[in-house]
Amino acid sequence: MPSLDDLKKRIKSVKSTQKITKAMKMVAAAKLRKAQESAEKGRPYSQKMQNIILNLTKSINDPQSAPKLLVGTGEDKKYLCVVLTADRGLCGGFNSNICKLAKTNFKKILGEGKELNIITVGSKGYDQIKREYGKYIIKRFSFKDKKNISFNEADEVGKEIISLFNQNKFDKCIIFYNNFKNVITQIPQAQQIIPAETKNLKESNDENFLYEFEPEEDEILEDLLPKNISTQVFKALLENAASEQGSRMTAMDNATRNAGDLVDKLTIDYNRSRQASITKELIEIISGAESL
Amino acid sequence: MSDKFTVEIISPDQTILKQQTNEVIIPSFEGQMGILSNHIPLITFLRPGIITIKAEGEKKYYVEEGTVEFSNNNLLILTLTARDIAHLDKSKINKLLQKAEANLNTQSTDKDRYLASYKLETLKEISQ
Repeated sequence: MPSLDDLKKRIKSVKSTQKITKAMKMVAAAKLRKAQESAEKGRPYSQKMQNIILNLTKSINDPQSAPKLLVGTGEDKKYLCVVLTADRGLCGGFNSNICKLAKTNFKKILGEGKELNIITVGSKGYDQIKREYGKYIIKRFSFKDKKNISFNEADEVGKEIISLFNQNKFDKCIIFYNNFKNVITQIPQAQQIIPAETKNLKESNDENFLYEFEPEEDEILEDLLPKNISTQVFKALLENAASEQGSRMTAMDNATRNAGDLVDKLTIDYNRSRQASITKELIEIISGAESL
Repeated sequence: MSDKFTVEIISPDQTILKQQTNEVIIPSFEGQMGILSNHIPLITFLRPGIITIKAEGEKKYYVEEGTVEFSNNNLLILTLTARDIAHLDKSKINKLLQKAEANLNTQSTDKDRYLASYKLETLKEISQ
């Protein structure tokens, strides 16, 4: 049985932890609104860009002459995986979920005897992955000191991916990130960006416009595809930022509630043992008086 | 048949503009291009220049690059760098101008040189 003093200290410390988690929840909630807004604002750009690329792809008849970024190298040997995570912890299963998904994929790729390269964005992902797959990591980014993610950061990652592609370092590129569905649900996702996944895009817009291209399709694609890579990375970063805050908010909310429960339990314990010691003292006094 | 169509300018972090208009002039890669409603479907990309939107009154945007799609009377401009000229102040323009001048001679390919020279020209035009 812990002493009264110990219990008192314990209660105090749990209470101050609760204060911290509560504050973190509030901060996350405020940041979430902002992040969610920018994720939503960013969606049209990437969607429309996908649409244009889809339309362009339709009009290319000869896949041989199409740019490699679109159709791939035709091989399936070397993989580049880009794992996007947060730079900060204390956000529930956010980082682990991405890493778990990524690791299953790594296992599969390696199991098939293919070559694997990894780029990590965000320091938490690097920490989790380096233990098992450290030797495959060829580059890591961290935007810890940046308050808001802008397109420049995404462009930095995108350029790196493209330059690796041009050096023939990989055939396929997959990015891992959390898709922000709502505050409680974030879905870890693997998205293949090179070669562009055109089949999965909606084939619903059947109106096959005959587009006028100026200059030629190839030239437009060459200009557009590298931009698209950066755009996809940017979209993933924005979704990730919103997911991170959402995930942190739920995690901190749970922590606050748990701390509250713990305080209640400890208070009952404290009161009980206080009462016990009072009773004990009374009994001592009474039995002392009786023996006189 | 109305002679108006929708124009949208979208950058990665926001939708800069969405409105009805009569005519838009864009600096396409191969030259200035005027677009009226019921233009045939078109995809092209931009060089540095000025987008002019003619509705009631004129709006001008400075762009450095971008991709343009026109279909179903909807003009879509995707760009990283659209700036409303009315909100660009002199010092900012001059800064960009100096940068562009410094950049002009360091370009290696013909295409880059072509783009850089247009950038410089456009900026000079704005600064006057």
